[in-house]
Order: sequence, then C-alpha cells, then structure tokens
Amino acid sequence: MLLQGCSQVQSSLDPASRSAALIANLWWGMLIVGTAILVAVLLALFIALRRGRGPVERPLSARGSFLLVLAGGVATPMVVILAMIVVGVSMGREIGDRPDSGPIVEVIGRLWWWELRYLDENGDLIATTANEMHVPVGQPVRLRLISENVIHSFWVPQLQGKTDLIPGQVNESWIEAERAGVYRGQCSEYCGQQHALMSFLVVADPPEEFEQWLSRQAEPANDPQSSQEERGQQVFLEQGCVGCHAVRGLSAAGEIGPDLTHLASRRTLAAATIPNTKGHLGGWITDPQHVKPGNQMPSTVMEPGDLQALLAFLGSLE
Amino acid sequence: MSVTSNSGQEPIVARTPEEVERLGATWQSPKGFIGWFMPVNQRVIGRRFVLTAFVFFFLAGALGVLMRIQLMSPENDFLSPDLYNQFFTVHGTAMMFLFAIPVMEGIAIYVVPMMVGARDMAFPRLNAFGYYVYLIGGTVFFGSLLLGFAPSAGWFNYVPLAGKEYSPGLGVGIWTTMITFIEVSALTAAVEIIVTILKLRAPGMTLARMPLFVWAALVTAFMIVFAMPAVIASSSMLVLDRQVGTHFFTPETGGQPLLWQHLFWFFGHPEVYIILMPALGIISTIIPVFTQRPIFGYTALVLSLVATGFVGFGLWVHHMFTTGLPQLGMTFFMAASAMIAIPQGIQVFCWIASLWGGRVRFETPLLYVLGFFVIFVAGGITGVMVAVIPFDLQVHDTFFLVAHFHYVLIGGAVFPLIGGIYYWYPKMFGRMMDERLGKISFWLAFIGFNVTFFPMHQLGLEGMPRRIYTYLGELGWGDLNLLATLGSLVLAGGFLLSLFNAVWSLWRGEPAGDDPWGSPTLEWATPSPPPNYNHEYIPIVSGRYPLWERRGQASQPVVTGLRDDRREVLVTSVLDAEPQAVAVMPGPTIWPFISAVAASTGFLGILYHPSFFLVGFFGAAATFTMWFWPRRPWRDD
Ligand code: HEM
Ligand SMILES: [Cu+2]
Repeated sequence: MLLQGCSQVQSSLDPASRSAALIANLWWGMLIVGTAILVAVLLALFIALRRGRGPVERPLSARGSFLLVLAGGVATPMVVILAMIVVGVSMGREIGDRPDSGPIVEVIGRLWWWELRYLDENGDLIATTANEMHVPVGQPVRLRLISENVIHSFWVPQLQGKTDLIPGQVNESWIEAERAGVYRGQCSEYCGQQHALMSFLVVADPPEEFEQWLSRQAEPANDPQSSQEERGQQVFLEQGCVGCHAVRGLSAAGEIGPDLTHLASRRTLAAATIPNTKGHLGGWITDPQHVKPGNQMPSTVMEPGDLQALLAFLGSLE
Repeated sequence: MSVTSNSGQEPIVARTPEEVERLGATWQSPKGFIGWFMPVNQRVIGRRFVLTAFVFFFLAGALGVLMRIQLMSPENDFLSPDLYNQFFTVHGTAMMFLFAIPVMEGIAIYVVPMMVGARDMAFPRLNAFGYYVYLIGGTVFFGSLLLGFAPSAGWFNYVPLAGKEYSPGLGVGIWTTMITFIEVSALTAAVEIIVTILKLRAPGMTLARMPLFVWAALVTAFMIVFAMPAVIASSSMLVLDRQVGTHFFTPETGGQPLLWQHLFWFFGHPEVYIILMPALGIISTIIPVFTQRPIFGYTALVLSLVATGFVGFGLWVHHMFTTGLPQLGMTFFMAASAMIAIPQGIQVFCWIASLWGGRVRFETPLLYVLGFFVIFVAGGITGVMVAVIPFDLQVHDTFFLVAHFHYVLIGGAVFPLIGGIYYWYPKMFGRMMDERLGKISFWLAFIGFNVTFFPMHQLGLEGMPRRIYTYLGELGWGDLNLLATLGSLVLAGGFLLSLFNAVWSLWRGEPAGDDPWGSPTLEWATPSPPPNYNHEYIPIVSGRYPLWERRGQASQPVVTGLRDDRREVLVTSVLDAEPQAVAVMPGPTIWPFISAVAASTGFLGILYHPSFFLVGFFGAAATFTMWFWPRRPWRDD
C-alpha cells in the first residue's frame, strides 16, 4: 500500500504553517530547558550518592539541605511555571485567534472518513468532497468541525494542533499553509474500530489553482464518454452503490459513504489509506473489509466485465 | 487497661505461654475450604489484595506486550482491529482500576495497622467485603475478554462512543459494572484506612510522629473518598442511558457528551495521584532505612502530600484542552497543572538531601527508588510540557502522551511499589528475596522500560496518534516502533524475574528475622511473618522512629491490660493518640462474602434486566442484616 507521490510525513516537527512552527519552536525550547532540569536533578542525586562513599558520612547541613530544597524544589519550578504560563497564554492567543476572512470548510467526521463541505460567505454550499481538503497557500481557511456520531479530532500536525469534533456542538479552528504541498492528517480521538485508518490529506495549492479546483468540484459529474463508461454507470446505479454514495448529476444521493462526484480527482481512497489507482479501487470495491476491517462498506460481487466497466466509469469522474 | 512504663526490653508483665497461645487463638483465621471465605484479619485481606492485584498486573501487562507486537511493524495483522481495541481498553482499565488502586490499598491495609501499632483495622468485616467485591469484579472483567465481548471504548470510555448506539452488546456494560465494583471496594478500603489511622494509633504516635507512609495512605484515602463519587455518578448515568433509555449523554436529545468528560476526569485525574501517593510514601519509607538516617524535611514532605492531594482536584480540564472550551478558563487549569510541580519538586529534593553524603546501602529496594528518580523526573518534566496548552494541542492523544503517562505511572508508582515489595516481603513471608536476582530484575526493568517508552515521545511528535491498531509504512514510524516492542520484551522479562524471585524465595529465601533492614517503624518490631495479633503488646511511641529510638535502650514501654480472649483493640485520640477506649473487633464470618455475592448478582444482573437492581438491593440488605446481627461481646464479661 504505497501512496505514490504523496506526502510521506505528518510530523509536527516539520511545520508548514506559522502556528505549527510556533509550537515546534516551543517544543525545542522546552526540550532544552527540560533536559537541563533533568540533568541538574540527576547530577544532584549523583553528587549526593557519591559524597557518601568515604569512610565517614558527609551529610548536608540542615541549612544546606534547606537551601537545596528551596532552590531545586521551589524556586526552579516557580520560574519555569511562570515562564510557561506567559508563553502558553500568548502563544495560545495567537494560535487560537480564528481569522475572519478566507474560505469556510465544514469538516464532518464520519465513521471512518471525513466529509468536507465548502461554504461561501453566506453559508451556502459550494461543493462537497471527502478526505482530501484543498486550501489556497498563504490564505487562512476557516474550519467548522461537526460530528453527528461520536467524537473525532481534526489534526494536521504540520499545519495546526488538534480540535475535537463533538456531537451537539460546533467547534471552530483554522489552518493556513505557508508553502504548497500535501500534508497528511489523521483523526486523533479514538472513535471506534477503524480509528486507526481515519486519515485525510490537505493539499495546499497556489490560490488560482485552488479556485479552479473548487469550481471544478462544484460542477456535477461528467457524462459517460464511451459505451463502457455508460455501462459502468448502469452498474453503479444497479449494484446498490447509490444507497450510500452520492454522484451529483445522477440519481445517486446516498450519505453513508463519501461523495464520489469527482472521485478520480482524488489522490487516495478509503480515507487516505490506499492510493487511488485502478487496481486498488477494484480491490477496494470487491473486498473493502480486507483493506479496512469493520468499515461500513460491504463487499460487492460482480462479473469481471461489470467491474471493468464500473472502474472505467469511476475513472471518468474527474 | 493501663499504660505501663517498665525498665527491661521485655515488658514487666510478660504473658505466660498459655496466654500468648490464647491470644493467638483469639485472632486466628479459620482454616479449610469454607474457612477461606471467612477471615477478616487485616494482614490476610491485605495480602490477598496485593496478590490478586499482581495477577491482574501480569495479565494486563501481557496484553500490553501483545499490543506492542501488533505495532512492531506497519500494517501488521497479528491482532484484528477489534481485538486490539479490546486489548488497550482492558489493559488501561485493568492497570488503573484492577491493579494500581487495589495494590496500593492492599499494601496500606497490610502495613498501616502494623506501622501504627494496631492489631487490626477499624472495620475488619467491611475490609473482607471490599476484597470479595474486587475479586468478583476483576474476574468478570477479565472473563469478558476470554469470552470475546470485552469493552472496546478505551479506559476513559468516552460517550457517545460508549453509548448504546455505538457500543452495543455487553462490553461497556461490563466496564461500568466493573467500575461500580471497584468504587465500592475502594471506598470501603478508604474509610477503613482513614478510621484506622485516625483512631487506632499506638499511644504516643501523635500526628506529627506518624510514619510518612501512613500520611501518604491517609491522604490517598481522603482523595478516594472525594474522587470516587464523580465516577460513581457518571457510570451510573451511563448505565441508565444504556439500560433504561435516559438521555444524559445523547446529544440528539439534549444530552451532553462533555458532561461525561468533566465527571470522568474530575475523578480520573485525582486517580493518578491516588496511585502515585502511596508510592511516594514507600519512597519516604525506604530512603531512611537504606541510609540509616532520619529523613530530611518531614514536615515539608507531609505538606507536599497534602498539597498534592488538594491541587490534584483542580487539574481535570487539562485532559480536555482540545475540546474547544473557552481559552480563559483553560488557562487556569494550565497554571494549576503546572503548580503540581512544586510539591513534587520539594519532595524530590528532600529525598536528595536525605541521601546526601549518607552511607547508602545499594540494595534492591533502594535501586528501584533510584530508578524512580530518573523515570519519574523525566515524566514530570514532560508533564509540565503537556500542560502548556499550545503544545498539548499537538501531542494530546498521541504516543507522546502514552510515553508521558507510562513514565509517571511505571516510574512513579510501579518502580517504588516493586521496591516496596522487596522491602516488605521478608515481613510478609519471613524470608528474604534474592538480592542478585533482584538487582538483575531491576536493570532489566529499567533498561527495558526506557527502550520501550522513550522512543514513543518521538513517535508522538512525528504524528502517531494513540489507540491505533496499525499505521501505514510510508509514515516512517516502523523502526522506532520495532525498538519499543523489543524493549517491552526486556521490560516484561524484568518484571517476570521479580515474580520468579518472589515465588522461589518463599521456599529458598534466607530466613529474615524480625528486622532484616534495620528499619525504624513498628511493623518490624513483630516477628516475621507476624503472629495473628501483630503486636503482642501495643507499643507506646515517643518519636518518629520508634525502633531506632529504642536501640541500646533497656526499656520498652507498652500498653497492658487488653484481654486476650477476645479481639480487643485500643482506641486513641485523633491528634495526640491519647488512649481513650477499648473496642472489641468482630471475628471471622462468611457473611461479607455472601453479601458481596448478593451485591454482585445485582450489579451484573442489571445488564440483563433492570429488575435485578431489586434482587441486588434486597439480597444485600438481607445479608447485611445477618452480618451485623448483634454480637454480644459483653455476654462473657
Ligand atoms: C508491561 C508493561 C506495559 C506495556 C508494555 C504497556 C504498553 C501499552 C500500550 C502498547 C498501550 C496502548 C497504546 C495505544 O495504542 O494507544 C498502553 C496503554 C495504556 N497503558 Fe500501558 N503498558 C504497560 C504497563 C502499564 C502500567 C503499569 C500502567 C498503569 C499503572 C499502564 C497504563 C496504561 C493506560 C491507562 C493506557 C491507556 C489505555 C487507553 O488508551 O484506554 N500501562 N500501554
Ligand atoms: Cu475519528
């Protein structure tokens, strides 16, 4: 299962946004201070033990002990705590301030994939897609985090810390990629059997490309171009796929699985689990439970010819 | 009853051999199969708690290793997702509820009465009841794993995932029931420990002379009393949601998923300190013994324990930094969370000052304490880091957290605990554990621990969430995971070696004698293993280190006049431990066991049908009546 051409990392230590960079710097700073404290404590312990090795005991005087406890146990933690509160609060404000311009995306946590709904300023729906969020480089994107089932958490380590999706409330967050690229994210609140493979990609494109992408996503599906695609469309409608999946422009409006209107434009399948190639797609349709045990898509058994036609049809949904 | 001061190491009014025998017979526990269900003596119950808890520890540890094997390589299929999810749920729940709390309670139940010079605990039958409830609850919980319907919603069991809709079946029901069992058991033990410490101390053991372990047990018990009700409330609400269709937590009908998190963590965070606190007491016990010097900063250590107890209740929201709560409120919890570093820092440095320049005996118990220093301080530092909200937003629910809390729990609680076992084993069984095996076990555990859990910090920073049964190869997490898995085998080896050592030493260990380590506290004034009645005479205490103060002195003041033909204990005042009265303790009986069975039938039956509530209620009421049927201690007067 190789994701060719996709980002290989989702490391918070390789930040691609200002927020993530701030936090990464915070980490390096804390690592240095923390290591220094650990070393100092262990050094004190080491000296304490070494000094007792001679023939006589050489205890610390009461005053010496008192000063040691005061310096190590009271003063140092106080200073550190103060510093961390100051840093934590100011950085928290900067990261938490959701901007008031930029595209709005509703991120909806499903079992176990992500639905993404792009809204305009008035809150009207522009386009729906799944598991692959496109964002314009250098512009903030406002996120509304929604769940109607269990709690999930939206996390793209290279771009922003996580925020939970909690049923019954709408949480807000935002991301802004500083450079173009593909960033991987993953659900980080345990949400049931396939929590492990509930991931997604964030693709940061130059703004013009992003606009093109969005207007393309807003369009209905392509019409079949060949007889094989036509037959594939028939198979799609007859095989029960429509019960769960939507393809805009067709009488398919299922809501259990991802919107497939522009499936072929996506890089991955099954919530960024397998690459979107014909082989993987065929394998997924015939035996999804093998790839992602417990997921909500049943296997579909069909004639090889039908499968080929279906794959051709799906491949045309760019 | 009278207080006699005499001038020989032997008390003046020595008992005749017949009297000693009668005393032994009075405090004797029944024998035989039925007899197994009847004893109420604190040491029997305490030992059972500890042994049972260790059985659960090794079972849960095995699950941990199996999870590590699954994560050893990307896209491994050693465990199915469903099984992995059950494993981490059972592992976490069992470690927290079935191992850590009960084992600490068990040690307190075993050691505290002897340390304060008492013959038993305040409510012996309640003690026994608490144990059976725990045993039944734990067994059913692990049984569910064998039968394949263990819960799989994680140890903190968040709703709505844990609600009926997303977790149908028995699993979560078993979880809530098990929680109820443990609550009952922990609350009985806590009440028991509080009353024993406050009212049954030997004369002269004022609060300011109480051993630090006793202080730790006292604070722990108070924390249990205040923390448990929150989880009792939340788990009852969850049972109601699941069984009778209430809507506390279902958002579609106005319920609040976050309510669960508040209630659970209001209990769950103090829980961590409930586990840690007795371990801190063990460290304060071991350090003076292995330096043969009084500890530095007794008062500071006591105040730190108490402060930790209080502050521990003000931190729970730091488990919820990612839930979108308002910034300002969270800042308060960030500050409070970091503040806990101060009492911890004071303790660590008091211990360092106590060790400073002393002639330290590097025996196994002390080694485990030194291991604590390295691991716990590291875990404490990452703890302060994750209290900084922006950083927590990145590492929350990742392997960084898994690393952090294992550093705190294993380093902070399990290492001192094992040190404590090596330390008290000779008292419990009359034989020493093997030193050489002990040292090897320490090094295996210490190295294995760090190899297992240190790499997880890096994995978390690289984006690996916790509670995932697998991950894709191209994420590059494979190597560190493999390393962690290898480490876990070494760690398990270290723990198993100590287990082997404990079993082997039962037969082969060197006879220990009364006081093999030269300890200062009263439990070492009894023979090893102690007789049924602990102390032949209740000692009178005049300092913090009674046995050291007695050294070289010819006299040993004791209390005389307690009868030896019934279970009498001396009741003393709360602050100054002035003798006040003599209480007669109840003897062995089977009713606590039968009550526990009746209550358990009710708790478990509710999963099947709500009407079992009535069965449990009336069954327990009837058996409690039998249990409390008035004895007539005055009859033979
Ligand atoms: C043999 C030693 C141990 C090993 C190898 C081990 C390993 C693990 C592993 C692999 C996980 C699951 C990580 C994940 O997928 O999220 C875990 C979780 C956990 N462990 Fe341990 N562990 C050990 C000992 C302990 C001890 C002694 C305690 C507590 C006293 C403990 C408490 C927990 C808790 C609370 C969880 C979280 C469970 C959850 O996510 O619901 N572990 N451990
Ligand atoms: Cu999720």
